[in-house]
Order: sequence, then structure tokens, then C-alpha cells
Amino acid sequence: MRDMMKMVIVLTVLASFSGGLLASIRNGTKERIEVAQLNFVKGPAIKEIMVGSSNDPVVDRFKMDIGETEMDFFIGKFDGKANTVALEAFGKGYGGDVGVMVAINVENGTIHGVSVTTHAETPGMGAKAKEDPSFVSQFKGKSIDSPIKVTNDGGTINIISGSTITSRAVANAATDAAKVYLENKDQILEKIKTF
Amino acid sequence: MAKTLTQEFVKGLWEEIPPFRLVLGLCPTLAVTKSVENGIGMGIATTFVLVCANTLVSLLRNVIPAKVRIACFIVIIATFVTVVELLMQAFAYPLFLALGIFIPLIVVNCIVLGRSEAFAFKRSVVPSIADGLGIGIGFTLALGSLGAVRELLGSGTILGIDVTGASFEPFAFMLEAPGAFIGLGLMLCVMNFIGKK
Repeated sequence: MRDMMKMVIVLTVLASFSGGLLASIRNGTKERIEVAQLNFVKGPAIKEIMVGSSNDPVVDRFKMDIGETEMDFFIGKFDGKANTVALEAFGKGYGGDVGVMVAINVENGTIHGVSVTTHAETPGMGAKAKEDPSFVSQFKGKSIDSPIKVTNDGGTINIISGSTITSRAVANAATDAAKVYLENKDQILEKIKTF
Repeated sequence: MAKTLTQEFVKGLWEEIPPFRLVLGLCPTLAVTKSVENGIGMGIATTFVLVCANTLVSLLRNVIPAKVRIACFIVIIATFVTVVELLMQAFAYPLFLALGIFIPLIVVNCIVLGRSEAFAFKRSVVPSIADGLGIGIGFTLALGSLGAVRELLGSGTILGIDVTGASFEPFAFMLEAPGAFIGLGLMLCVMNFIGKK
């Protein structure tokens, strides 16, 4: 009995120590990790979809509370006007969440571009969503007023062969991003004017 | 026969160098040695975990009941691996992206668990630290050298710097899995040859 107690106590204390240590390190590094992710993960995706902009979309960004979460919005200026805004949305992929950076042209209500940021999809298959530009280029110009779907669901986006779930995840993410934009359009447009 | 502190440290650098002598930790060795930088980065991360885990296990060696010792080692090792992962994300994000899934796999790296069980659990703190440091640095050197061979032959560069010139046709095979195995085999061969003399 005493042995049993000792085992339980030792493991419990050890686990609590571990939990406490990890929580404090996580808090301590949260800011730095966010900046690093912005520069190395989201940054390239943002710059890719905003290619040709006269500004740096990573620098020209603002935060806004959408529901309970604080989201980042990135502004792109083209022809001297701040007319494109990018935000990140997530779709349920095969191996987890697929993060997608979606740029929306606010002047004509269409998708300006789409780029995958993070994913856990199968290399050589779903992972092509990130590597193959011909998949994401399909999203360019699509109207944000209706949900964006893959051809299997009656939409216009051709899936990556063998990766229906990943393709659907990207389409869902694009649709979600459009939805967030449409639901908060006025506030977002207000903010864009300040850039 | 007891070894001196220095001997405990030095043994990890040659006699008991993983993965060339103690044939342990082969999986990360094969996976991250496509370049010197990744190899050394992984080596440093593993060394950090080795030293911290050895220290804590040694400090607690009289408290941890033998029956649950493996569970305790894993909790301790996993904690430090997560710490390393967070620190890497915060201070060396590109390295984190390059090493990817192999960082969490340090938890099940036989070297770390092996040293905890075979050494730290039975010895006092200072020798355990020496052992961890020695084995860790040895591992880093091993990864760095195999990484150098594979990077040189496979991409013509060392640490990203082109050292071979335009006429060198890279032997891309060395960057793939078969090249890794063959590279490792050749290093083992060289080690044995030198060791025999």
C-alpha cells in the first residue's frame, strides 16, 4: 500500500512540476513565437498573394476582435489604393487544420489570392495544396458572395487528384474567410481607410 | 573501476559516441543530416535535453520508485523536449521548421532514455551531467560530420556555402534515405578502422 502511495505521489508531483514549467515557458515565449511565425510562416504566404503591392502587407496590419478571437488583417495597396485585405482562415484537412491566407479585393468583392500557411497533409498528395501554384490560382477572381466549393460539391474548384479532403479544406477556409469579411465588412473597410 | 569526471565526459566524444559506437539514435541521425546546420541544431537540442534530463533524474534517483521509473523518465524527458521546442520556435524558427517532427521525436531517442536508465538513475549529479554533456556533444559532432559528408556530396555546399564550384555535379543520392544509410555505414567503417589501429 505504501509503495502504491509513493508511486502515485511521485508521479503526481512530477507531472505538476512539468505542467507548471511548461505553462510558464509557453507564456514567456508566446510573443516571440507569434512574431517568428508571422515572419517565417504567414509572411511568405502573405507576400505571395499580395505580390506586386506597393506596400509591405506584413507591416501594414491591424488586429480586430471577431467574436471572441483577435484576428490579424493584412493590407495590400495596389495602384496607390489600399484595396486588398488578407486574413487567415482554417479548414479541416486530412491530418489536421489547414491554415489558408486569403486575400480579398474589397473593391469588386472577389478573391485576390489564396495561399496555404500551415498544414499536416500527406506529402506528395494533399501537401501539393501548398507547393502547386496551379491549385490555389483557381481561387483568384472568385466572387465572395457565394460559398466556394470544389467540383465534387457542385462548385468550380478542381480538386488536387487524390486529395479531395485537403482541397475541400482549402475551399472551406476561403469561404470562411469571405464570411468573416462580409460579416464585419463595415468595420474592416473603416480600418482600411486609415492606411 | 570508477572513472574520473573527465573520463566520463570524454568517453562520449569517442569511445562511446552515438551513433557511431553506441549504435543508438539512428533515426534522427539519418533524417536530419542533410546539412551540417540541421545536424548540429538537432545535436544541440538533444544535448540540452540529455543534460537536463540526466540532472533531474539523478537528483531524484532516490525518490523515484523503481517500478515507475520509466514513466517518470518519460515525463521528465518529454518536459524538456517541449521546453526545447518552445525555445526553438521563439529563437530559431527556421531551424524549427527544418527539423519539424524530429524535435518531438527526441523524447523517444534511445540515447536520452538509455542514459537516464543506464547512468543517471544510478549515479550522482555531477557525473551524470558530465555523461550527458559528453554524449550530447559527441552526438552533435557525429551529426555534424555525417551532415558535412552528405551536404558536401549531395549539394556541393557546407553550411550553405558553395565550396565546390560550378563544374561539380551534386550527387543528389546522398540527400535521400539510401544515401543516409550508406553514409552512416561508411562513417561506422572509418570509425572502426581508426579505432583498431
